[in-house]
Amino acid sequence: MGKDEKKIVFKTVHDLPPMAMSLGTMWVNKTASWRNLKPIIDYEKCIDCMICWKYCPEPAIFLRDPDERVAVDYDYCKGCLICVEECPVDAIYTEEEGK
Amino acid sequence: MKRMAIVGNHALSYGALLSRVQVIAAYPITPQTQVVELLSEMCADGTLKAEFVKVESEHSAMAAVMGASASGARAFTATSSQGLALMHEVLHWVTGARLPVVMGNINRAFGPPWSIWTEQTDSLSQRDTGWMQIYAQDNQEVLDSVILAYKVSEQLLLPTMVVLDAFFLSHTSEPVEIPDQEKVDEFLPPYENKYILNPDAPHAFGGLTNPEWYMELRYKIHKAHEEALDLIEKEGREFEKMFGRYYGLVDPYKVDDAETVLVAVSTAASTARHAVDLLREKGKKVGLLRIRVFRPFPYAKIKEILSNARKVIVLDRNLSPGAGGIIASEVRGALANLRNHPPVLSYIMGLGGRDITTKHIMELFEEAEKMEEGKDIIWKGVKL
Amino acid sequence: MIEIRFHGRGGQGTVVASKILADALTRDGKYIQAFPEFGVERRGAPVAAFARISDTKIWPRHKIYEPDHIVILDPTLIGAVPLLDGLKPGGWILVNTKKKPSELGFPEQYRVATVDATRIALKYRLGSAASPIVNTAMVGAFARVIPVVKLETLLDAIEEGVPIKPKENRAAAQEAYNSVIMEG
Repeated sequence: MGKDEKKIVFKTVHDLPPMAMSLGTMWVNKTASWRNLKPIIDYEKCIDCMICWKYCPEPAIFLRDPDERVAVDYDYCKGCLICVEECPVDAIYTEEEGK
Repeated sequence: MKRMAIVGNHALSYGALLSRVQVIAAYPITPQTQVVELLSEMCADGTLKAEFVKVESEHSAMAAVMGASASGARAFTATSSQGLALMHEVLHWVTGARLPVVMGNINRAFGPPWSIWTEQTDSLSQRDTGWMQIYAQDNQEVLDSVILAYKVSEQLLLPTMVVLDAFFLSHTSEPVEIPDQEKVDEFLPPYENKYILNPDAPHAFGGLTNPEWYMELRYKIHKAHEEALDLIEKEGREFEKMFGRYYGLVDPYKVDDAETVLVAVSTAASTARHAVDLLREKGKKVGLLRIRVFRPFPYAKIKEILSNARKVIVLDRNLSPGAGGIIASEVRGALANLRNHPPVLSYIMGLGGRDITTKHIMELFEEAEKMEEGKDIIWKGVKL
Repeated sequence: MIEIRFHGRGGQGTVVASKILADALTRDGKYIQAFPEFGVERRGAPVAAFARISDTKIWPRHKIYEPDHIVILDPTLIGAVPLLDGLKPGGWILVNTKKKPSELGFPEQYRVATVDATRIALKYRLGSAASPIVNTAMVGAFARVIPVVKLETLLDAIEEGVPIKPKENRAAAQEAYNSVIMEG
């Protein structure tokens, strides 16, 4: 289990486990494709209050290396934009996906 | 091996003890209370090394044993009637999650009006939950069936309900052979399941499954039930080798030359067997087919045994209002695809714990002798 | 197969009496079914219990309507409930009473036995003075009147089966066995 995990693919009923279980873990089941607007942090404005981290329901906000400032994990961010709504200093703006 | 006089409720407790269950969660309800009373004593004094989880409802009890089973523990609970109805949602969940939970259900009629007496409608109402259902006719069979249930359930990842009549078994003391623990251990290995909740191999279970795969998972549950038909009999024979008692899907008695075959479950079948002996003494060609396993439904066995009969009489201590006897409708279903099948007379009797006596069964047999055609429903004993 | 019906009042230990018998007969290698009249039991209310005894497996599973014998744990039930309903001619009626069998006025077709189980229970301080528990004395008398179980086995079953005062209960059963008066 881990980042090298491969996605399992079933073809017939005989390949299935007896019950519904996740086909691999979140390492392989990424959800970035659900996003149509991408939140982007403006580090000039960001005051490191961590409110976006606190509100993110995924959670797809983490503290990046090496400066330990907040960052968005774009593999899992689904684009709900709660972070944009909650940021007290309007430091998060959006861009359309695929642009 | 020790021979002891115990009530049916305690036969369930001893079955759980000998099966070395690891988690018990239950909520008391008449007439089940003694089952968990004794198990909680066994847990308290160290006879049984199990976690006893106190819960605030039957829904929680079933949820707790489901969680326990999902984490790899052998889990047990018991209930009755309204309690079983409250478990209904989780019963489906346990089957879908393919967890081999075993539970006892003491048949008790539904309220209102309140009743504490026996009737099979409570467990038969759970017919489509995917649980295997075993109906015992004596306390020895209750105890043995718990051990057998774990043996079969854990191989197929299907849950089993061991069902017994309120009072006629639950509160009746009679001799029961308590098998030796070492022999039970030899028969029933520890529970192993590779699909368990395990932090070292994380998976999500039972999540949203789209129409592309849901049907396949249902198919697998049904296939497991089909496998159970053979496995129940195979393990029954293994059990017989070790303990000297055989339990199969059905229990036919004097059916080989029988012109009329009575079909019954539970203690009514035991009484019917006595009636068959008395009727045979009078020269009547009558036999008995006791259905022991109701799910999976033993279609092939039932067809094989009943196809030679000239008349079939089904005794139902249950009622599906608007349809009739539940066992009778299943038996009619089993016979429907035979080219020439015997007429089926469906008797409803003994609801709400009303007694079903040897005399009643002999009377209805004599009444049925005069009937040439099948009847969808005949009420026995209603004050009209 | 012998079928027996017990009549008592809630709190007298009628159900326990049938359970002790079940235990004793099981120890003797016999088959037995012992069960209470299924209901909601209240102290003082008339209650019944049943027992079927046989050398072979017992198949009928319903209440007993035509008993071979009856056991009455409380004499105040006579006349209050239909005790003799269905009792087969020639059957024993075993009654807890100070009276002699002939004083009870039961129909001639029955055999009658009496034992003062209340006195015996009080002597051994079983239950309270207001509500003595007569069940062990009654099963002791039963073993004499209806000899389906060995006395020693029964006494052992009592000693190991009662929740308190095992020695006293054993002695009560022994005394009742010795003092029961049988007529017929």
